Amino acid sequence: MHGSYLLSIVIFFPAAAGLALLFLRADDHLWIRRLALTISTVEFLFSLLLIPKVQVGVAGYQLEESAKWINVPPINYHLGLDGISLFLVILTTFLTAVSVLASWNSIHHRVKEFFIMLLMLEVGVVGVFLSLDLFLFFLFWEVMLIPMYFLIGIWGHERRIYAAVKFVLYTMAGSILMLVGIIWLHNLSSSIIPGGSFDLPVIQGMLQSGAIRLTGLEEMYLFLAFFVAFAIKVPLFPFHTWLPDAHVEAPTAGSVILAGVLLKMGTYGMIRFCLPLFPNAAHRAAPVVATLAVIGIVYGALVALVQPNLKKLVAYSSVSHLGFVVLGIFAFENISMQGAVFQMLAHGISTGALFLLVGMLYDRRHTFEISEYGGLATPMPKLAAFFLFVALSSLGLPMLNGFVGEFLILLGTYQAHWNWSAWAATGVILSACYLLWSYQRVFFGEVTIEKNRTLPDASAREKWILVAMTVIALWMGIGSPFFTRRFAASSQSVLDQMQRQFPQEAAAGARKQISAERLRLP
Amino acid sequence: MIPGPDDLIRVLPETIWCGFGVLLMLLQPFTRNRQVLTFFAILGTGLGTAATVFAGHPGGAAFGGLIEMDPFSVFFHLLVGVVAFLVVLAADPYLERERLESAEFYALVLFATAGMGVLASAQELLTAFIGLEMSSISSYVLAGYRRDSLKSSESAMKYFLLGSFATAFFLYGIALIYGVTGTTLLPRMGGVDPSSTLLKLGLALILIGLGFKVALAPFQIWTPDVYEGAPTPVTALFSAGPKAAAFALLLRIFATVPAATHFWFWAFWVLAVLTMFAGNLGALVQTNVKRLLAYSSIAHAGYILVAFAAVTYLAGDADSGAAPAYAAVLFYLVTYALVKLGAFTMVSQLGGAGEKHLGLEDYAGLGQRQPVAAAVLSLFLLSLLGLPVTAGFFGKFYIFKAAVGSHLIWLAVLMAINSVIGAYYYIRLIVVMYMREPSSAEATPAIVGFPLTVTLVLAITALGTVYFGLFPNRILDFVLQSNLLAR
Repeated sequence: MHGSYLLSIVIFFPAAAGLALLFLRADDHLWIRRLALTISTVEFLFSLLLIPKVQVGVAGYQLEESAKWINVPPINYHLGLDGISLFLVILTTFLTAVSVLASWNSIHHRVKEFFIMLLMLEVGVVGVFLSLDLFLFFLFWEVMLIPMYFLIGIWGHERRIYAAVKFVLYTMAGSILMLVGIIWLHNLSSSIIPGGSFDLPVIQGMLQSGAIRLTGLEEMYLFLAFFVAFAIKVPLFPFHTWLPDAHVEAPTAGSVILAGVLLKMGTYGMIRFCLPLFPNAAHRAAPVVATLAVIGIVYGALVALVQPNLKKLVAYSSVSHLGFVVLGIFAFENISMQGAVFQMLAHGISTGALFLLVGMLYDRRHTFEISEYGGLATPMPKLAAFFLFVALSSLGLPMLNGFVGEFLILLGTYQAHWNWSAWAATGVILSACYLLWSYQRVFFGEVTIEKNRTLPDASAREKWILVAMTVIALWMGIGSPFFTRRFAASSQSVLDQMQRQFPQEAAAGARKQISAERLRLP
Repeated sequence: MIPGPDDLIRVLPETIWCGFGVLLMLLQPFTRNRQVLTFFAILGTGLGTAATVFAGHPGGAAFGGLIEMDPFSVFFHLLVGVVAFLVVLAADPYLERERLESAEFYALVLFATAGMGVLASAQELLTAFIGLEMSSISSYVLAGYRRDSLKSSESAMKYFLLGSFATAFFLYGIALIYGVTGTTLLPRMGGVDPSSTLLKLGLALILIGLGFKVALAPFQIWTPDVYEGAPTPVTALFSAGPKAAAFALLLRIFATVPAATHFWFWAFWVLAVLTMFAGNLGALVQTNVKRLLAYSSIAHAGYILVAFAAVTYLAGDADSGAAPAYAAVLFYLVTYALVKLGAFTMVSQLGGAGEKHLGLEDYAGLGQRQPVAAAVLSLFLLSLLGLPVTAGFFGKFYIFKAAVGSHLIWLAVLMAINSVIGAYYYIRLIVVMYMREPSSAEATPAIVGFPLTVTLVLAITALGTVYFGLFPNRILDFVLQSNLLAR
């Protein structure tokens, strides 16, 4: 025990407090909403407590908690936090609170269940980010599926059941293979210590010290077992086909959490598991992964460009933006790694806000078709202003959050592979095209449809949500060092861990393009 | 040979089960009071199960080595005993609803349980055969217990005809093995040459006979029809009890007879893959919940066979390596029995009078009509699917671990693929319960009440599912101990 139970509290508070929701009458919607908002806000405040507790410039895990859970095989309840997971946890709790607020008036049936599912989802996601035991990680990863599945399947739009089932099957297909990979690792570890281990730092230590030696093929299989699960979640092209369906059919809160946090579980997994555990395989796979990422960036942007459906447009923009993150990770440069982590956070805010705005439009008109809108700036100038701000932050305007991430990724990637960076840069241009063009079609011009003339502008509740989002977007754009200096050490250590292991297999060759100098970091 | 007190005490569970079975049949002419009969049935199964502890303490061989009361058989006695206890506990409301006589029903369940007990502790093949026949013949009658229902009669007929074939195979297998080894006592078979063709043939025939009982592909064709037609409490019993007992015997035979050859490894490998795919692909297109669960139990037999393949693969080199694989089988059987029992009990109760509401469409809107029932059934389905925090997850996890531990990566991957196929149909049922509305008000089944005993059984199985999903060690420690002594 390490004295502090803060991480456990942050994980399980929503579940424990969510039980209180069960005691409210099912038709007492107002109090259910109030209680849910209180719980999620308190949870957000709990997660903020983590910031001062995390030491800046320290790479290792902090606030660790460890307890025995299962003896055979030895599975520990091992939690820990570093700079990378810190902000992802805060992003999760923040977006959950925002989602509760955003669902205030748009969820009318089975309200109680809705908020319980949302809180359970929060438990799963926060658990994923804080687990340091492979088994525990897998457990939260799987548990999180069920609430998301219900959120899409019960409260979604027309084709919700199809989308929900597709979402679950895709994710499960990946994660079951990951389970096989986890067990494989555990078996390898049991040849070193009796009973083996599922503990991430322990296994990582074994791999790095050479206690466990993997053949090239073995390492590649293991890498793929993990990577495919994460790639599906991200989603990396060509595993992305579940995403547009899931997003379009999910209720607004579901989309916000899905885009804001769930996709990051994939990229987080790559940083936390794929790179430090299987560095050689990661290096060998990097050109392929980067190519897929670039394809995803360009393809996602091009498809977004031609979407007649506003929500699908935002969904495809996620494919494009997450492509940047994967590219930043697999460039193996400290700058691009930092950019990737930053972009994960920035995308959570920008795209989360975009989904919120699209949801607000949907609440008013019950359609996502761009052609149904037009000239909305006249009846709702405030919403239009917020939308523009958020769109600009998403497309990477300097001073706003999207810029920092994309710039760092492109800069870092350029140092290692200028051509990857060049191709990826087209995505930045394309994102400006699809966002501004869609903005123009929705908000500018004459009001063409009579119904749109009388639409109400943003309500007080909506304004508060949007103000919070835009302020954070601006702050992340200006005050980016607040974030980067907290996760710089962690992202550097990921690369260090890769490098330390790298020389062992250097003789194996096959990596001409990644010379040792390139791995030495600024 | 005159049996001594030790011999008698080691068959105490079977004696009690049979004794109460006979008692119930004798009681029936004298009392029409269902509650009295139910009371004796519950008492009988409960006492018999409790007697297992005496029988297994200190345990040992009985009747000149015909049976062996070691921790392994204690484990299986407890398992089938608890299954029978829960089936009997939940059966009375069903029997009353369907207007069926209860005394014979309970007696048959008790006899079947005694047969399973013999099967689990048999150290001699003909004794095992007697146990198999005891449980099978009772099962045939139980399958057709709803005499006025066509489906039930069909179910009994099919089960009887095909089952007779299977037992004939089993018997012929015993004959061949006797021909090779000159004995039917399992412990004396240790020294036999494993490459003997006759031995392989004999074992193969036994495998067919038992494979029929546990529904392995390609001997699984009867399963959906029989499971669908049989009264649902009986289906619950079928899917949990006889399966566990037959797997117990299979484990015992393949752990003692020198069978750790590539031949058996590949046989189990192929059977596992066939069974998994047959079950899961078949389940995809089912619209009847009982049939769906029947196919799912075929698939689960396939998962258990994956661990068997690991056992036979490992038993060749170091003995210690096989222990986790045995443990995986035993653990899986417990979780599986628990969950299937719960699921079928729920289906039985929701089926309504005459078991009319078994279609998928009858479950539409259940999430709102009966939220607790839907939540509990979802829990069982998620456990069958193998989601964390349920017992089914650890069951699957240990099998994965056994497979990967024996370097059967491809088998593990195939099992993973099957788990995903399985996810589709379990989730489909959840979709129907929570996300679809009933097509019309008339088509909606009435809200079903849950009598106390049924609620109790559901609570035990549901809590067990969660409890073992959080603390699998409670069983596993016991299992690791009991399987080591089986060798």
